[in-house]
Amino acid sequence: MSRRGAVFGNVDKWIVAVYFILVAMGWLNIFSSTCGIIEEQTVNFSLSTDYGRQMVFMAVAFLCAFIILLVDGKLFAQTSYVIYVLFCLLLVAVLVVGEEVSGARSWIKVGSFSIQPAEFAKFATALAVSRYLSDHDYSKCSLQNKLLVYLFPLIPIGLIMLEPDAGSALVFFSFLIPLFREGFSGSLIVLGFYLILLVLLSFLIDKYILLGAVLLLLILMVVLLRRTRHIFRYAILIFIVSVATVFSVDYGYEHILQPHQKDRIEILLGMKQDIKGAGYNVHQSKIAIGSGGFAGKGYLKGTKTKFDFVPEQQTDFIFCTVGEEEGFIGSLAVLGLFLFLIIRIIIIAERQRTKFSRIYGYCVAGIFFFHVWINISMTIGLMPVIGIPLPFFSYGGSSLMSFTILLFIFVKLDAYRYDIL
Amino acid sequence: MHSKVVMRKDINENRKYLIIGFISIIFLVILIKLFAIQVINKSYKTDAANNSIKEKVIYPGRGLFYDRNNNLVVCNEAVYDLLVTPNMISKKFDTTGFCKLVGVEKDVFIEKLQKCKKYSRYKSSVLFSQISKEDMGAIEEALYKYDGIEVQPRTVRKYPYSVGAHMLGDVGEVSDRFLKSHPEYKMGDYTGLSGLEKTYESYLKGEKGSKYILVDVHNVEKGHYESGQQDVAAQQGFDLILEMDINLQVYGELLMQGKKGSVVAIDPKTGGILAMVSAPSYDPNLLVGRERSKNYYLLAHDSVNVPLLNRAIMGEYPPGSSFKIFNGLYGLQVGTITPNTKYYCAGPEAKPIKCTHHHESPLAVVSAIRESCNPFFRSTFENTINSFSSPSVGLDDWAQTAKSFGFGTSFNSDISNAKNGLIPDSKYYDNIYKNKQWKSSTIRSLSIGQGEILVTPLQLANFAAAVANEGYYIDPHFVRYIITPEDTIAPYQNSIHQTKVDKKYFKYIKEGMHEVTLSGTARIYGQIEGIDICGKTGTVQNAGRNHAIFIAFAPMEDPEIAIAVVVENSGYGSVYAVPVASLMIEYYLKGEVTRTRVEKMVLETKLIQ
Repeated sequence: MSRRGAVFGNVDKWIVAVYFILVAMGWLNIFSSTCGIIEEQTVNFSLSTDYGRQMVFMAVAFLCAFIILLVDGKLFAQTSYVIYVLFCLLLVAVLVVGEEVSGARSWIKVGSFSIQPAEFAKFATALAVSRYLSDHDYSKCSLQNKLLVYLFPLIPIGLIMLEPDAGSALVFFSFLIPLFREGFSGSLIVLGFYLILLVLLSFLIDKYILLGAVLLLLILMVVLLRRTRHIFRYAILIFIVSVATVFSVDYGYEHILQPHQKDRIEILLGMKQDIKGAGYNVHQSKIAIGSGGFAGKGYLKGTKTKFDFVPEQQTDFIFCTVGEEEGFIGSLAVLGLFLFLIIRIIIIAERQRTKFSRIYGYCVAGIFFFHVWINISMTIGLMPVIGIPLPFFSYGGSSLMSFTILLFIFVKLDAYRYDIL
Repeated sequence: MHSKVVMRKDINENRKYLIIGFISIIFLVILIKLFAIQVINKSYKTDAANNSIKEKVIYPGRGLFYDRNNNLVVCNEAVYDLLVTPNMISKKFDTTGFCKLVGVEKDVFIEKLQKCKKYSRYKSSVLFSQISKEDMGAIEEALYKYDGIEVQPRTVRKYPYSVGAHMLGDVGEVSDRFLKSHPEYKMGDYTGLSGLEKTYESYLKGEKGSKYILVDVHNVEKGHYESGQQDVAAQQGFDLILEMDINLQVYGELLMQGKKGSVVAIDPKTGGILAMVSAPSYDPNLLVGRERSKNYYLLAHDSVNVPLLNRAIMGEYPPGSSFKIFNGLYGLQVGTITPNTKYYCAGPEAKPIKCTHHHESPLAVVSAIRESCNPFFRSTFENTINSFSSPSVGLDDWAQTAKSFGFGTSFNSDISNAKNGLIPDSKYYDNIYKNKQWKSSTIRSLSIGQGEILVTPLQLANFAAAVANEGYYIDPHFVRYIITPEDTIAPYQNSIHQTKVDKKYFKYIKEGMHEVTLSGTARIYGQIEGIDICGKTGTVQNAGRNHAIFIAFAPMEDPEIAIAVVVENSGYGSVYAVPVASLMIEYYLKGEVTRTRVEKMVLETKLIQ
């Protein structure tokens, strides 16, 4: 059973295979969306093209993966806090020395390349959360310790919001998934979803009608569940929270949100038609994906993405190329591969012998899930435009490297599990 | 410590199913939405040809210009741009045929195509611009053969009267530099580059509209997107009504042919500019269309005639004897002379400035104006300056009073790039004569409008208007009304400037100016039957032949036109400038010219090639 000692012997073949398939597909799509018309241009693998640079990023990412597999598995748990502090400092540094690109300080220039610390902060936070939760049993620890766990994602969220980069900050809410697995209250998550729904509805419905409906539902709940202990108390608490939420949304919408953010929300909720301005990206992206049809137009045959109709087509909107050129079949394949990867990670996480490895696995699954969920939903108009990359597909070295590191630390932890006595 | 072995019993282990279930449901929702837009909903692929939505810009026509009698002075003419989408140009593209069709050399076409490629391979850009309607007819018929080429209608300016180039200005495509400071413009837009086109750009330009059109992969239009509901109509720019009388302008340019100089005519009651001629001029239609850059080059490099220079506002001349009007007024105002004060004139023997005219002596201000007597005005000027505590104080008061007539400054109106001229003051002479060693006699040339003083023809015409109004003027301006859909804006009619000379002194000066045309220096060409004209000649000495100057207004009672004429390097004001001014006045007040002999003489006077 034990194949202790072999470096690659215990590596999970499925994860590594899916990883290479996704990275290869990603590159092919970046190539397609940035190469232009092939007959006219010579394919140029130098650093002057996006697909040429992506090749370099891939090589570096593979090297990172290889190094991670070589190091001692103990190292990650031991150094997790150090790594976490290091990357938090980097997030502070980017606010000071960062390059300002379209209104946000998200990049640090290193030579001719720029790195995005927010991308790397994800695996650092995952390591720290795993370490802390493995040392403190969530179900049994004190409230104080519980609150400390939340601090690990909240610090990077705060720093990233200062850049500001709301999209990257949002991803840190994926840590709710490992927390839930370790005993975080399910009803709190349900309450969270309820509040999100309430926020969305408060844009669409008059706030007094909405609160009236909430009140009726709560009365109904109290009547139906009258045997449950403290049900009346809960109902009142929920109602107070609802009122506070609806009114603070109202205030925040009028006084805090920027006009372009308001536009995005209004367009998403169908309150506003605007195919020229803020709705342009989503509109064009939906046309591109929709025009792919069932079977797609064929690789390199997409026109929307090639004709620059879709902005950011090789980064945040890379899924348009998949949708247009490979159609529903291709979209299904990509979604299927991601779902397979995420579920595979969860299954492997469950077979870990250490809590650290298991929790880290859930962190990885959660981060991948959030990225895929938000990114693809955005391109098809299910979510507002939130600029976060699609793992392995979106052009960019920082995201490819951080996802690779994130995933291969887990692959290493899994391969190393037999070494733990 | 960190590597505690996981207990097999874990109460939360079953939560993995909830998590996997939740993630699966989200993926399912995404998949359903994808299925909906990719497979079920057909609106994203109107047909198999992969339509895209393309925004087509609709360019507005610029606002039109009318003259004071509602004659259309500047209008728009349809032209066509040929756009190219470089990646649509396939190997099968018949370059030879296309070049023949459009009428260009093959290498010009290739060079232009390269430029467009550099801008974008996938977006259309202008290949050849401003093709006339006539040429377009033939091109359009054959255009279906050429994939990747499309037609974009534009409008360019047309000047039916072919006059007024300097004041109207020109329109051209925005430059890269302009774009940097004006982000509201896009490449390919037009903007006013000079004259009124530039000054009134914000009113004239209008609003661009857009049409959303479905196109297939071959850029072929397939119809309106959402049946045109998202389309925005272009809004025509606002029209301008000018103060100009276009017929007077045409006549002025005709009279000034073959001469260097300018004519400015102002309505004294409103300050409106009736005509502004700068000769030599050019047909404004030359700077429109495909020949624009070639013609512009020729005009800009004509160093002999300098046709692009607007002499009426940029030409600075000493005013010569025409400035005696001001010096007379100033003497009366300060009180060093009265209407009866007489000075002796020794004629050609007079010192230090001689008099070239033969007249009675001694004489008072009215006669002195009529005879343009140099010694009278020298004495008046020196005595007036000396009546102050020092020459400096005196000269500064003189300069302030001159400036109150609009000399030495530019007007606050829609006239751009006007020169200020120069009214020297004490500081000016302190700089020239170190240790302030200058006296009234040092600067006595100013008494006859010579020396350091410089004025523009526009300032002279405004001066004539101020005298006509007996002490005030309204800023000279071109535009009477801006016609917006909501309102009619009158931008410059209320700015009255009071001069520092009292109204009561003007009647003596006017009397003298009237006598100038009756029996004085302008008697030969300055008389029109039935109209009392007040005027003053000037003959300005300079390096070459003298500049001829004449300022005038008419009728004497209730003046309707004030005018200044400068003819460079011609000779006496009475011979070269007076007939031009009197013909203009006659044409404006009577609507026709009966003195055909004078007209013929002016038209036949050719001082330049």
